[in-house]
Amino acid sequence: MSDKHVHKHDHQPSDISLRVKAVESLLVEKGLLDPAAIDKLVDAYENKIGPHNGARVVAHAWADTAYKKRLLTDGTAAIAELGFTGIQGEDMVVVENTPEVHNMVVCTLCSCYPWPTLGLPPNWYKAAPYRSRAVIDPRGVLKEFGVNISESKEVRVWDSNAELRYLVLPQRPEGSDGLDEAALANLVTRDSMIGVGLANTPGAKK
Amino acid sequence: MNGIHDLGGRHGMGPIDIDPGQPIFRADWERRMFGMFILAFAGGHFNIDQFRAAIELMHPAEYLESDYYEHWLHSLEAWCKANGSLTEQEIEDRVQKLAKGDA
Repeated sequence: MSDKHVHKHDHQPSDISLRVKAVESLLVEKGLLDPAAIDKLVDAYENKIGPHNGARVVAHAWADTAYKKRLLTDGTAAIAELGFTGIQGEDMVVVENTPEVHNMVVCTLCSCYPWPTLGLPPNWYKAAPYRSRAVIDPRGVLKEFGVNISESKEVRVWDSNAELRYLVLPQRPEGSDGLDEAALANLVTRDSMIGVGLANTPGAKK
Repeated sequence: MNGIHDLGGRHGMGPIDIDPGQPIFRADWERRMFGMFILAFAGGHFNIDQFRAAIELMHPAEYLESDYYEHWLHSLEAWCKANGSLTEQEIEDRVQKLAKGDA
């Protein structure tokens, strides 16, 4: 595992594309890989599994106090109640935003992210600028996302790892009284569940 | 391991590329790489710690300059070579063949 693949320094995107194709075609030929299974997985994560799952969890927690309590006590089990289980979501911790505390999530080491509830992470989540700065200048990072957190409010940053994934329970927006869960879920953005955004206010432009 | 991947707290990595319109996969090779990783992982060719360990052993300059899914390719190749499923020569020969359009 220690051999360095320095030749890759010169790789251009077209080279990478060819190399991935080469590896796939060799593994398929050797009977180690089923290309149709790749298509199915890609379709699932591109079209079916995404932040709309997490939005249902949040909306349910806003609408049902008993569920919210379960969600904050045992995130994994409460999320599984809604059917969202699977890889990269085996151990879930849900952290609640309140008038006193704002939570945000990062993976400084790589890209750990709760796939069953949020799908695959956005590119910025996996890239060096966010990973490096979220823990040393969270308020600055939040400003970059257009979120201003008052100095009197505590900001907590949660660093994910391969075993443990976090989901932020955003504050329920004002003016959302009386909305049903489907309408509430529409207010919940991906960024609000990572903690780099807030839930939308009803009637506001998205 | 205290390597380049341990990015928390570093300065100078530039602005965050916040583009809400970015697709999950930016190219088809990223789709294929993602799928291959999941299948190799599910098939028991490596566990998640081994997968990450190979990425963490990347050359620091290469790590910072390469795309995210290129890290995955690096790790998949490393483990396939380690378990004898692939050799560097095979991959390079196949790349050449594909480049000429006859594979």
